[in-house]
Amino acid sequence: MHELSIAENIIEIVKETLASSGGGKLRSVKVRLGELAGVVPDSLDFCFTAITKGTPMEEAKLEIERTAIIAHCTGCGKDSTVEGLIFKCPLCESVNVGVISGNELQVVEIEIDGLERN
Amino acid sequence: MAIVTIERKVLQKNDELAEQNRELFKKSGTFVINLVSSPGSGKTSILEKTLESLKGKVKVAVIEGDVQTDLDAQRVAKFGVPVVQIVTNGGCHLEAKLVQDALSNIELNGVNLLVIENVGNLVCPAGYDLGEAMKVVIASTTEGDDKPLKYPAMFRNASVLIINKIDLLPYVNCDLAELKKNALQINNNLTVFETSCTTSYGIKEWSEWLLAKT
Repeated sequence: MHELSIAENIIEIVKETLASSGGGKLRSVKVRLGELAGVVPDSLDFCFTAITKGTPMEEAKLEIERTAIIAHCTGCGKDSTVEGLIFKCPLCESVNVGVISGNELQVVEIEIDGLERN
Repeated sequence: MAIVTIERKVLQKNDELAEQNRELFKKSGTFVINLVSSPGSGKTSILEKTLESLKGKVKVAVIEGDVQTDLDAQRVAKFGVPVVQIVTNGGCHLEAKLVQDALSNIELNGVNLLVIENVGNLVCPAGYDLGEAMKVVIASTTEGDDKPLKYPAMFRNASVLIINKIDLLPYVNCDLAELKKNALQINNNLTVFETSCTTSYGIKEWSEWLLAKT
């Protein structure tokens, strides 16, 4: 259940951003979550809702964008999607592949109400 | 309504602190491993066997992470090495900050090897860099042969796999070849050791490999 700690980290980042953007009410937070990040989207959403309850962020929505696992093959130089957790290049069968996407755990952007951008 | 682009890693603070830890380890010339596994795979037993095997050869310190109690620190202290217990009070993993705080109680200078024993959990510790040189994951034969497929992030992020309780193979439903195949399918770069803390099988190979890293 480290989703709680992840949700707290997200809120910290949001708070910092709100402060430096001149306030306003948070409408939504978009996070990017790789399939290999080891974070369960439903749990993260649950934790986010739980810890924003009773705060000015209570009505804010957490939007989760999932990213597939993509591997780069050092054998043939091509990138491919990793299916069924088989870390092997489907083109040349090499097992020398590096994950270039799928570990993401990032705050992408936030939507703020009552704030006009300069 | 306005959209503010952030594009920041959620665990950026943890990663920054982990980098600070890594700098400290570099300065003191300490090789650091982060020992991870599910509860009961034998992390502390492997550690005890490793300490026994490395006695007099290298200076070791230990950071123990547990949800409750200092039972593991007590076990490790018997080997005469400096040990600090982190009690997470319910927390399911160690974070770089906890390790940094623990480091204030250890004199790193002269320590060649620091073993951080993480909280028993194959999920959460995978995402938290502590500043270690490598993660060492332990899978025991009693857990079956499918764990690498169920917890891919951990096996993908580890550099070493220790298959423990190898002496129990005849009694448990675990196909050793399948376990290795599953692990290497997730991470072909894993260095694999087979051990038993009851018979000491494989402990020498693992300890010597570790010693060569320090």
